[in-house]
Amino acid sequence: MTAFISGLLSFRRGPWEMLATILIALGVVMLMQPFALWAFTWSFVVTLTGTVMFIITSHFPE
Amino acid sequence: MPNPLDTAARATPDRIARKLRGLSDRAIAWAFVAPTIFLLLAINIFPLIWTIRLSFTNFAANKPNAEVKWVGLRNYERILTDPDIWQTMQATAHFLVWTIVLQVLIGFTLAWLINRKFRGNDLLTTLIVLPMMLSPAVVGNFWTFLYQPQIGLINYAVEFFTGIPASSFSMLGSVTLAPWAIVIVDTWMWTPFVMLICLAGLRSIPDYIYEAAEVDRASPWRQFWTMTVPMVLPFLMLAVLFRGIENFKMFDLVVQLTGGGPGDTTLLSSIELKREAFEKWRTGYSSAYAIILFVTVFGLASIYVKALNKVKER
Repeated sequence: MTAFISGLLSFRRGPWEMLATILIALGVVMLMQPFALWAFTWSFVVTLTGTVMFIITSHFPE
Repeated sequence: MPNPLDTAARATPDRIARKLRGLSDRAIAWAFVAPTIFLLLAINIFPLIWTIRLSFTNFAANKPNAEVKWVGLRNYERILTDPDIWQTMQATAHFLVWTIVLQVLIGFTLAWLINRKFRGNDLLTTLIVLPMMLSPAVVGNFWTFLYQPQIGLINYAVEFFTGIPASSFSMLGSVTLAPWAIVIVDTWMWTPFVMLICLAGLRSIPDYIYEAAEVDRASPWRQFWTMTVPMVLPFLMLAVLFRGIENFKMFDLVVQLTGGGPGDTTLLSSIELKREAFEKWRTGYSSAYAIILFVTVFGLASIYVKALNKVKER
């Protein structure tokens, strides 16, 4: 966990890509889940944030 | 001592030298690449940017002369708070998840069986691959007859095995059965595709690996889980990527089978998008809807390609 946070702080690709991946997956689950309308409402913002973050962080150094 | 060729080249007037030399390597490379870049910009990038722009307006394509108003994020807000759109997303998720699970399981099993050498192997492979070669419109019509409560073979098969009267239920007319009916048809049609990709993966595993495992007395079960599955996994993941993207925008087959009904139970997001865009003519609204679907597929494809590369590196 500490390595993950220090990786985020030093702008390393791995942890940031992991965070973006989690956001995209969470956004898609929120979009398609049948339980809460508020989750559906916020799903696009979460997916978009994750996708933009993924595009940016894939250019970070390893 | 200076090279006589260099001296001659330098002495040649620029105008003549340019004609003799022709185009530089860089210019030739650009000449080859430019048409592709132009086509990519014209067919993919420009419509995407235009759709993003339209998604912030109230533009209606059937009223080209009407005033176009900038509505900001209102289209997105309406879509993401609409329970009907939420319902179409759930229908899409049901279709997507079950078709992929069934196609992967059946496709991999078929590939594993076909990979064994037996008589009639090639003929059987050709027969299994046939559904994939049919047009979705043909498959849709064909299965509509099979699902017919009075004359359909499926209903008679159910009656034969379970005793439930054939005319007492309708696969395409029932709220609970219709979502499964479209899953069955898509699985029937596209499992051969997954099977072919898995077969390519299985045939790429060299025999000597299995021979070495047998020398080490590895059981068939262990060989399957530690050698076959990891080596076929990149192929399987590619098949899932292709089928996932394809099924996310599934339209023709489901329109032929149910038209989105009964009620909205099989109304997939692409069918709803088409209705909004070309039946209700809410172009701005449907552009926002298309952008939401695009971002979802793009995000999923990005993480999937990353996972695929990791598996290939192993």
